[in-house]
Amino acid sequence: MSEQIIHQTAAQMSADLASGSVTAVELANAHFDRIAAVDGDVHAFLHIDREGALAQASAVDASRKAGEKVHPLAGVPLALKDVLTQKGVPTTCGSKMLEGWRPPYDSTVVTNLKKAGVVILGKTNMDEFAMGSSTENSAYGPTHNPWDLSRIPGGSGGGSSAALAAFEAPLAIGTDTGGSIRQPAAVTGTVGVKPTYGAVSRYGLVAFSSSLDQAGPCARTVLDTAMLHEVIAGYDPKDSTSINAPVGKMVEAAKKLDIKGMKIGVVKELSGDGYQAGVLTRFNEALEALVAAGAEIVEVSTPSFEYALAAYYLIAPSETSSNLARFDSMRYGIRIGDDGSRSAEEVMNMTREVGFGKEVKRRIILGTYALSSGYYDAYYGSAQKVRTLIKRDYEAAFAKVDVLVSPTCPTTAFKIGEKSDDPLAMYLNDVATIPINLAGIGGMSLPCGLAPEDGLPVGFQIMSPALKDELMYQVGGTLEAALQSKWGKPLYASAPELAVK
Amino acid sequence: MAAISREEVAHLARLARIEMTDAELDHLASEMDLILESVSRVQGVAGADIPPTSHAIAMQNVMRPDVVVPSLTPEEALSGAPAREEDRFKVPQILGEE
Repeated sequence: MSEQIIHQTAAQMSADLASGSVTAVELANAHFDRIAAVDGDVHAFLHIDREGALAQASAVDASRKAGEKVHPLAGVPLALKDVLTQKGVPTTCGSKMLEGWRPPYDSTVVTNLKKAGVVILGKTNMDEFAMGSSTENSAYGPTHNPWDLSRIPGGSGGGSSAALAAFEAPLAIGTDTGGSIRQPAAVTGTVGVKPTYGAVSRYGLVAFSSSLDQAGPCARTVLDTAMLHEVIAGYDPKDSTSINAPVGKMVEAAKKLDIKGMKIGVVKELSGDGYQAGVLTRFNEALEALVAAGAEIVEVSTPSFEYALAAYYLIAPSETSSNLARFDSMRYGIRIGDDGSRSAEEVMNMTREVGFGKEVKRRIILGTYALSSGYYDAYYGSAQKVRTLIKRDYEAAFAKVDVLVSPTCPTTAFKIGEKSDDPLAMYLNDVATIPINLAGIGGMSLPCGLAPEDGLPVGFQIMSPALKDELMYQVGGTLEAALQSKWGKPLYASAPELAVK
Repeated sequence: MAAISREEVAHLARLARIEMTDAELDHLASEMDLILESVSRVQGVAGADIPPTSHAIAMQNVMRPDVVVPSLTPEEALSGAPAREEDRFKVPQILGEE
């Protein structure tokens, strides 16, 4: 029975919980069984909170039994990226720096999840402090892609995407600074959304690049993602960049299944050279499906996008060098070399040497350089101006079309180790996902098939104007339904069986 | 000519309070050179009339009501401290011996 339960959508689990055919405790246990059976190979989780999850699940079951009105997702399990604080539960951000740290407070995302009764199974693996595109930068070892265990599950949120693809959880939370929700979704055949900047509170989200960081919902279907979006989004006075506006109706949009008359722009600069042939094949098929559903496709040019990657790799490291200064070994986290003879500064230097991994150090140094006097205008200042140009490109494009689309990534999942010694090759993975972060708008990745040459999932990206996140759910839901009726089943159902231990 | 020297990287590491071995500095200096060459593409793209964007969704002077709300107890605030003494964070010496 538990095999069948875990393959269901969150929406189906929600219906079964409401009808009483399954309990939240049974659901949680079915997923813990699955995690015990497959996570030795996948390594999606850094920490399992069995006790906390079962306590939450029991409370939900008791509320339902007492006839209390509960949220539709109450009792549905979720995997939480280890960059969000959860009171009393280890939060490492994939770094040695925070090994053993148990935060004394909940992030707002966690507060909202708990309020809705969503059961948090545990914390998922990630590139250290969310810097990376493969989850290989985790201090706790890489996560493996359930479609092919020798390949990367994307990053930084590779633990969350792998947990979904391996049926270890039906819902997950990711964070996206330059593609860390969408690229993992693309390479694992799952769905991930980066909401408009400010739609989901950053309170308790350990900062990497504050002007770009945004938490968002991940799942195996567009509807499940929409349901989770509505739970975590909303105004939060604890985050000064939180948008004070009502949350749009994402679930309603995902269920619309109608895009007749909509104008969809294909971004010329995010296609062609450098994109794998099979990625483009599936992308073009998805465009045909959108046309068949009544949308009009037009080509749109966004000339400044060619500078987006360079601007991002100045802005994000600059903010990193400032944000990560807080890891000074004084108030929390590890402390190295405090033998009574060394000064605070010496201890700080030794702690940061040991606590940070290679990629984090690389970005701190790059950011320190870009912000130094004499170089500020040439690097950080220029990058911020490019950011303005990219924003204007989007504004011009959205004057002509309702949403923009592109492949989510240039390639399917690459092999673990293939790019780990070449930072520039690694950064290129983010070429199509980065522009929306710089402009603060919303983006979704959903599966559009398997590349013919390697049989691995391909992601389709939908970008919507700021504060119009429901548009990507409307287009995504319609595309998903069209493709699934062509395939006869959802893409995630074609994933190879994992060895069960 | 290299955009950045090994000595400059060593200086940046000191500013960033990260101790680095000679091998690490050598490796990072060559990597930084490649990365800087790549990201320097942003220079000269935008004219002087283009304003910089620091936050995509612009907001100004965001305040919250000045009311007292519950906060962490001293016990909670100190729960992650590497070392403590009474209700305080205990840190290594900040001033010299003299």
